[in-house]
Amino acid sequence: MHVIDRRLNPKGKSLANRQRFVRRARAQVRRAVRDISKDRSIKDFDKGGEVTIPAGGVHEPTLRRSASGGVRDYLLPGNKDYIEGDTIARPPSGDGASGPSDSGDGEDGFRFALSDDEFLDLFLEDLELPDMAKREVTGEAVTEMRRAGYRTTGSPASISIPRTMRLSMSRRIALKRPRPEEIAALKEEIAALEADSGEGERLESLRAQLDRLQRRAKVIPYLDPLDVRYRRFEAVPKPVAQAVMFCLMDVSGSMDEHMKDLAKRFYALLYLFLKRRYERVEVVFIRHTHQAEEVDEQTFFYSRETGGTVVSTALEEMARVVTARFPLNSWNIYAAQASDGDNSPSDNTKTAALLNDVILPMCQYYAYLEVGADEDDLPIGAPSGRPSSLWRTYEAMVASKSPIAMRKVRHRREIFPVFRDLFQRRQSAEAS
Amino acid sequence: MSQRTAKKKPKAELLFNSPDWDFGTIDRIYQAVEAIGIGEMGLDIYKNQIEVITSEQMLDAYSSVGMPLFYKHWSFGKQFATSEALYRKGWQGLAYEIVINSDPCIVYIMEENTAMMQTLVIAHAGFGHNHFFKNNYVFRQWTDAEGILDYLDFAKSFIAKCEERYGEAEVERVIDAAHALQSHGVHRFPRKRAPDLRTEQKREQERRAHGEALFNDLWRTVPTKKRRGAKDKLEQERRRALLGLPEENVLYFLEKTAPRLQPWQREVLRIVRLIAQYFYPQRQTKMMNEGCATYTHHRIMQRLYEQGRIDDRAFLEFLHSHTNVVMQPAFNDRRFSGINPYALGFAMMQDIERVCLEPTDEDRLWLPAIAGSRDPYEVLKDVWANYRDESFVSQFLTPHLMRKMGFFHVVDDEDEDELRVAAIHDERGYRNVRRALSRHYDVARREPDIQIVDVDLVGDRQLILHHRVLDGVMLEAEEAGKVLQHLADLWGYDVVLREVEGEGDEPVEEHVVSPQHPFG
Repeated sequence: MHVIDRRLNPKGKSLANRQRFVRRARAQVRRAVRDISKDRSIKDFDKGGEVTIPAGGVHEPTLRRSASGGVRDYLLPGNKDYIEGDTIARPPSGDGASGPSDSGDGEDGFRFALSDDEFLDLFLEDLELPDMAKREVTGEAVTEMRRAGYRTTGSPASISIPRTMRLSMSRRIALKRPRPEEIAALKEEIAALEADSGEGERLESLRAQLDRLQRRAKVIPYLDPLDVRYRRFEAVPKPVAQAVMFCLMDVSGSMDEHMKDLAKRFYALLYLFLKRRYERVEVVFIRHTHQAEEVDEQTFFYSRETGGTVVSTALEEMARVVTARFPLNSWNIYAAQASDGDNSPSDNTKTAALLNDVILPMCQYYAYLEVGADEDDLPIGAPSGRPSSLWRTYEAMVASKSPIAMRKVRHRREIFPVFRDLFQRRQSAEAS
Repeated sequence: MSQRTAKKKPKAELLFNSPDWDFGTIDRIYQAVEAIGIGEMGLDIYKNQIEVITSEQMLDAYSSVGMPLFYKHWSFGKQFATSEALYRKGWQGLAYEIVINSDPCIVYIMEENTAMMQTLVIAHAGFGHNHFFKNNYVFRQWTDAEGILDYLDFAKSFIAKCEERYGEAEVERVIDAAHALQSHGVHRFPRKRAPDLRTEQKREQERRAHGEALFNDLWRTVPTKKRRGAKDKLEQERRRALLGLPEENVLYFLEKTAPRLQPWQREVLRIVRLIAQYFYPQRQTKMMNEGCATYTHHRIMQRLYEQGRIDDRAFLEFLHSHTNVVMQPAFNDRRFSGINPYALGFAMMQDIERVCLEPTDEDRLWLPAIAGSRDPYEVLKDVWANYRDESFVSQFLTPHLMRKMGFFHVVDDEDEDELRVAAIHDERGYRNVRRALSRHYDVARREPDIQIVDVDLVGDRQLILHHRVLDGVMLEAEEAGKVLQHLADLWGYDVVLREVEGEGDEPVEEHVVSPQHPFG
C-alpha cells in the first residue's frame, strides 16, 4: 500500500475545461451577466455570482427512450396497503410519486457560479480603452526574476542537472576515470581465466590492472561537488503600466443626491475598468463649486458645499495635481467629469481654452457625463430641451477629434449602457 | 450482533482516539483493515494506492468521471460548474471517496474526513470495491485495469496534439458528436475472435468430412424453384456480411467504415468508444458493486469494534453514516428517488449471509444451493465474481427480503386510465416482482436497442438504423434528432433511423437527417 499526499498538487485541474465551457456558452453567459448587472449595486459589482443560462446551447443530447408513452414497469419499495390488482390514479404528468426516473434531467435553465474575474471579463469583454498605455519603470520595486546564467552555490531546488552532469562528464573524461563497463569486462576476463587455468602471468597482470582501475574509479568520483551548478536568477525591474483617474464633480447646490449617485456609479465602473487594464490605478477626487479642491472619497461624495459653479477651477486644480504628482511620461491620465451642466456664463470661454490647451493634451481620455433629474424619462443620450451651457462648450471640442466624449444620463439604468457606449470597441471615429 | 464478546477479549490498542489523523494513523488503519479483509474474509485485491486530496480536488475529479487524467472538453467544465454550484450552496455533499478500477487500485480520500471516515473509506473502497473490480467477470472481460491509466494518458496527449494541429473548435466538434453517440459505442457481447490459420484449417476439414459423409448424388437431380429477387437478397446479405452488419456499436462502425473521416477523427472516435466501454461494466454492476463494498466495510468495522481497535464513539459515528448510506425511503416518501443501490445491495448481501447461516424452510426451497452452507464468505465471493445486477437479482432475491423491503410491481400502460399493481410481495407475486426488479437492472432494456442494419454503398450511401421498440416506448424525438445530426455529420451522407416494432420490420416512425457540416 502506498499513501500519496496529493493535497499540494496544483489546483484548478479542470480550469481548462471550465474555460472551454464558458467560451462555449459565451453568448448566453454574456447576456445573463448583462441582465444581472443592471440591478446590482456598485459595491458588489465586481463580485462574481450565479448566473442562469438556457440549457439549449450546452445541452448534450443522447439517444434515449422517451419518458412517456408505452407500457412501463415500476418496481417500488415500501408497500403497505396495496394488494395485487389494485389501481392507482395516474399521477400528474412528470415523475410524481411513481417511477424511478432515470431521465429526469429536463431542466430548462442551467445554473452555475462565475468567479469575480470571469464575471468582469464577460462584462467588460468588448470594451476598449481609447488610448494606448504608456509603460514605464516605476520607482517602486516591482521586479521579476529572470534566469541569468549559473553559479556554484544555491538552494537544492535550483540545481541545474544538465549543466552539472555536463561538467561531471567532462571532468571524468579529462581525468580518464575508468568506465564501469571496462571494469566489468576486466572482471569477466579474470573470472574466465580463473575458471580456465587457475594461475598465470596474464592473470596476475590483469588483477593488477583491475586493482588500479578500481582505485582510480574510487579516487575520481562520478559526481564531484565541484561539478554542481545552480541556476542563477536576477531581479529585473518590470515596467508597469499605471493610470491615474481624475474624478471631477460639481458639488454646488444644484447637484442633488440622485445626480451624485449617478456620477458615483459611473466613476465606480470606470475605476473597475481601469483596474482591469492597468496594474496600478490611482484615483484623485476633485470637487468644485466656484473654487476647487482635492478631497478624499468620503468628502467627495457625501459632504455638501454651497457656492457658485466655476468649472475652470476644477480643471486648474487637476492641472496642478498632474504637474505636482503625475509626470506625464509615466502616467496614463483619465478624467471623468460629472456635472449637471451649469457653469457661470463668464467662465465658459476660460473652461474651453483650458480644456483644449492644457487638459486634453495630457489626457488619454476625458469623459464628460451630464447627469439630469430623474423625472423626465428620455431615451438614452438624447439631448433634452436646450443643451446646457457646459454641453455646448464641450460640443465644439468633441467635433475637433479630441480624446473627449460626452453623454447624458438621467436614470440609474442608463449608466451601464452609456458606459458601454463610451468604451465600445470601434473602428470608425467616435460618434456624437 | 456480538458486542458482548468484545468485552471479554484482551484490550487491543485503539487505532485512533480522536477524529484527527496523520499518515501514521492511515498506515495503522490500513494494516488493521487488511488483517480482517484479507486474513479473515479472504478478499483478493489489487494493490492499493491511497491518495489524500482536498475538497477542491474532489470537485475536479468529479468533473472527469473520477479519473485522475482525462482529455479536455467543455462538457467536463459544465459538469464541474454544476457540482461546484450545488456544493457551494450546500445542496449536495461530496463523496467521501472515489475509487478507480486500475492496477494499482487508486483510492482518493478527502482530507476533511475524520479518522473513522478514513477507516470506513479504506474498507469500503480499498477492499470492497477493489475486490469486486478484480474478481467480477464483467470487469475481467471488459476492462484492462493495468492499462487504463496509460491509455488515458495517451488519449489526453493525442487529443491535445490534434487540437494543436487542427484547432480546438474542430476537435471539439468531433468529440461532441462522439459523446452524443457514446451510449451506443460499446460492445455488449464479447466479439468473435478472428480464427487463426490452424483452427481455420481444422474447421475446413471438418466441414468437408461432414459434406462427404452426407453426399448423395441424387440431390443433384432434384429440380429447384428459381425465385425472383433471390439475387437481390443474396447481394444484400453479402454486403451486410462484408460490413459486419447488423452492428449495434455505432461508434465502432463509423470508426471502421465512415467514408469521409480523417484518420485522426477515427482515432478520436475510438478513444471515446474505448473509454465508454471501460465504464460499461460499472453500469451493469452498480448495485452489486456498492453492495459488495458496503457489506465489506460493515463487516470490517464490526470486527474492528469487536477487536477493540475502535472505541464506542467511533463505532457510533460509523453506524450513523452507515445507516444514512443504506437508507431506502419508501415510494411515497418525499426523499424517494428510485431504489438506492447501496440499500438494496447491502440488504441482499446480508440476506445471503442469513440464508447461509440460519436458513428457513422457505429459503431452502428458493435457494437450495446455498441455504445452510455455513460459509457465507465463500458464497458471497462466488456471487461477486460471477453475476451482474440483473442476474444477481433474478437468482438471489429472496421472498424474505421482498417482504422486508415491501417491493411491489406497478404497470403503467398508456392505454389504460389508471396504473395497476401487477404484483406485490406475496406468494403469488414473488416471481413476478423478482423478474420485474431484475429487468429494472437490465442495461439492455434501459437503453434503446439501436442497430445499424444496412448501408446503400452503390447508391446514395444512406445509412439505415433500426430502433427495436420495446413495450411501445419510442425514442425521445427531439434528442434523437440532435444525435442523428451528429451521426449524419460523421457519416457524411443521409442517415435514416426507423423505429420498428413487432416481428416484421414495419417502421412506426422514421427520422431522416442530412449532414449539415460533414466532417472530413
